[in-house]
Amino acid sequence: MIPAIFFYIFAATAVVMAVLVVSARNPIYSATALIGCLLAVAGIFALDSAHLMALLQVLVYAGAIMVLILFVIMMLNLSPEELGERRITVRRVAGAYFLGAIATLMIVRFAKHLWTPTREVGPSYGTIEEVGEILFTEYLLPFEMVSLLLLAAIIGAVVLTRREKGSGP
Amino acid sequence: MTHETLVLSIVLFTIGATGFVVRRNAIVVLMCVELMLNAANLAFIAFSRQHVDLTGHIYVFMIMTVAAAEAAVGLAIVVLIFRTRKVANLDEINLMKG
Repeated sequence: MIPAIFFYIFAATAVVMAVLVVSARNPIYSATALIGCLLAVAGIFALDSAHLMALLQVLVYAGAIMVLILFVIMMLNLSPEELGERRITVRRVAGAYFLGAIATLMIVRFAKHLWTPTREVGPSYGTIEEVGEILFTEYLLPFEMVSLLLLAAIIGAVVLTRREKGSGP
Repeated sequence: MTHETLVLSIVLFTIGATGFVVRRNAIVVLMCVELMLNAANLAFIAFSRQHVDLTGHIYVFMIMTVAAAEAAVGLAIVVLIFRTRKVANLDEINLMKG
């Protein structure tokens, strides 16, 4: 009963924050709302016994990635004219309507199976120990490849934003 | 609870996809991509709990890493375009050259 109440609180927060991300005119408000949404989703992760993933969600997503995005928003320092987007066009309304139809279809389709967890989980499910053991035995190769991906991303970001010597800011 | 989590995942994904289509500010579009990836993570966690199998957590771990890499490179490209063209509106960035 208590987890269900918490689930609905977190779910409502996540949806409201997600709508704010899309509807806010100022990107700073969008980013702040996105942090709230990610924290609410981290709460749902914790309710689903995914303790390590809830921790990583807060540390990596709401911490590192959002700080990077906020940093770039403040660095670009967009003027109010650049922030102003064009008014709602027919194309946009049609796009939103189409996506809403797809979501309704998926929800109705999912409603045919009532998924409920049948088995209880042990106390070690989703802890650092259990996830780490799988990660470093069964999924060792993907883990190493992901480190290469991060290395490529670091080099790519540095190369892209590097300034040539002698050129202006 | 798996069912409710999946419905929430669909709703969040649709909001993110709508924002991706509707918004034209490059940074907000990147944030909408994060929202969609996050909705996918939610579905993985829900199914992982349903089947009591930790493989879904490994997938979530990998998606988070890809999201971090995507944010770093995407923001670098936005900074680069803003430095050369002084725009952050995706409708005005429609040429590969020039």
